[in-house]
Amino acid sequence: MFMFEKALTGSRNYWYWILGLVVLIGLAFLAYLQQLEHGLGITGMSRDVTWGIYIAQFTFFVGVAASAVMVVLPYYLHNYKAFGKVTILGEFLAISSVTMCGLFIFVDMGQPARVLNVMLHPTLNSPMFWDSISLGGYFLLNAVIALVTLSAEKKGIAPPKWIKPVIIISIPWAISIHTVTAFLYSGLPGRSFWMTAILAPRFLASAFASGPSLLILLCLLIRKLTGYDVGREALRKLAVIVAYAMILNVFFLLMEIFTAFYSRIPEHMEHFQYLFVGLEGYSALVPWMWTSVILAVVSLLLLMTPTIRNNEKYLPIICVIVFLSLWIDKGLGLIVGGFIPSPLGAITEYAPTLYEISITVGIWAIGFLMVTVFYKIALSVREGFTK
Amino acid sequence: MIISRKKFLKIAGVSALAVTGERLARNFAGAMQSEEQKTAGALTTKRLAMVIDLKKCAQEEGCTQCIDACHRIHNVPVIDDRNHEISWIWKDEFKHAFHSAHNEYTAKHIEHLPVLLLCNHCGNPPCVRVCPTKATWKREADGIVVMDWHRCIGCRYCMAACPYGSRSFNWTDPRPNIKEVNVDFPTRTKGVVEKCNFCDERLAKGKLPACVESCPQNALFFGDVDDAGSEIRQVLASEFAIRRKPELGTNPEVFYIV
Repeated sequence: MFMFEKALTGSRNYWYWILGLVVLIGLAFLAYLQQLEHGLGITGMSRDVTWGIYIAQFTFFVGVAASAVMVVLPYYLHNYKAFGKVTILGEFLAISSVTMCGLFIFVDMGQPARVLNVMLHPTLNSPMFWDSISLGGYFLLNAVIALVTLSAEKKGIAPPKWIKPVIIISIPWAISIHTVTAFLYSGLPGRSFWMTAILAPRFLASAFASGPSLLILLCLLIRKLTGYDVGREALRKLAVIVAYAMILNVFFLLMEIFTAFYSRIPEHMEHFQYLFVGLEGYSALVPWMWTSVILAVVSLLLLMTPTIRNNEKYLPIICVIVFLSLWIDKGLGLIVGGFIPSPLGAITEYAPTLYEISITVGIWAIGFLMVTVFYKIALSVREGFTK
Repeated sequence: MIISRKKFLKIAGVSALAVTGERLARNFAGAMQSEEQKTAGALTTKRLAMVIDLKKCAQEEGCTQCIDACHRIHNVPVIDDRNHEISWIWKDEFKHAFHSAHNEYTAKHIEHLPVLLLCNHCGNPPCVRVCPTKATWKREADGIVVMDWHRCIGCRYCMAACPYGSRSFNWTDPRPNIKEVNVDFPTRTKGVVEKCNFCDERLAKGKLPACVESCPQNALFFGDVDDAGSEIRQVLASEFAIRRKPELGTNPEVFYIV
């Protein structure tokens, strides 16, 4: 099925890697069985903080998924040849990320067996319905595009003409997945932290920094492991994209802070206060948020210096810094921070439990497994790399 | 007949699409139909609301009779861990319930005045707007925001949307924590959201909500605010009453006399 046999041959290290991922997935599965048995009470979530690391990770990976558009758009729309070798990797990263998003939503459900009710009783006024349509559609689009273009390549023929419009549709669709995901949060009365029109643009900016950072890291890794080289120009262009997106992301965050603190409206300030200086003695996330800020500033300095950005020795370090900074900002602070303080002014802190962390790590492992298998297939088809 | 794998997958895919499409079309049609019914029945509907006289309520210090009555008949579990607590009706201090109305010179007896909190059965409920499965909706006949616990998928979007913290989630199985089960009312399962239902099951039998009936001070008034001659309208016309966070446009149907 789908050239899957290509993923079944590999070196000893390849199989150790696969085995490691499978073990993590197995552990997560056991943890999930516990959650299924005892309910979401075994997580760190509470009456006041009703969404935790699952939904935060979901939000973060919607961004990673959407960021594939940063290679698809230049390559297919502007015929930017330098992205010829990296585009398929971006698409497969998107497919894997969307799958992770779906899993993060699924494990967050109190009644997972009923999750299809979202489709059985479609509710046009719920952003969650549109988000599932948007994510499902994005998954299908990317799966079709990757499969069709790769099969054509395998047969050594040009991909069918009808795939072009599908690719064009996938571009605005990528923007839509992160916009609708922002709408999940930004239209809720009483949740002033998210009640900001800049949430969707901010989501997109951070997505276009974190996603391409991850893509660069993956490209460098497979070059080291297999010799498949996406090319210097592609890496440099991706780094430029990361630089601009990161600048925009920090700029948007500063906009938020100005609006909240110059207006001095308490409900708008409190969440930032909790996250960055602590509120009424509660400050669990403060070290995390400052780590994110410092990493963001360092990454900006490095990204804006062309000699450093273009040096492939420093590039992976920069990408790790960007990724970590945004992972903390979006994959942790943005969702949890919206619940603290609660609309009634109560402060309940949140920390994920071991079960929750294990399930989260397991979903990451599924993502890595998918990326590994997909990249293996893509590379074997493309260059006959067999390692 | 021999079908190739590719062909089989094609047929399966097309059939799945057809079934889903038909289902979707039927549901959309249903949604449109109910819109029409809404306008047709507009003249006969009621708007049920509650007025809570906080002065009267505070006279009986430490009284929890309404809370006990409600939680007993509705099989609300007693959970000591505040993080997993389920509450349909509860008390919080004035400064929390009316965050913006409180200032640093507010009289101490007002600041710490216990305020009864419950679902506001909003005229414009954000929880209903966000629910992805229509597991919670506003009844056209009387405006009560009700729930279907068999449809709720436990996504907790309604809890994020509610600006009043009126909704509770069953983080664990509630049944072991129900002291005495009332067999006339359903118990819930783990993984679903619940909240005050304005005692719709009692209203159907012509009874008042349990909290209203059990109050020793008669501090709670309940009725149809669309009916100009109702008791609740007289109370609202004679006393100054406030609502929680009216600026959000949710149009709460629970009024407080301070």
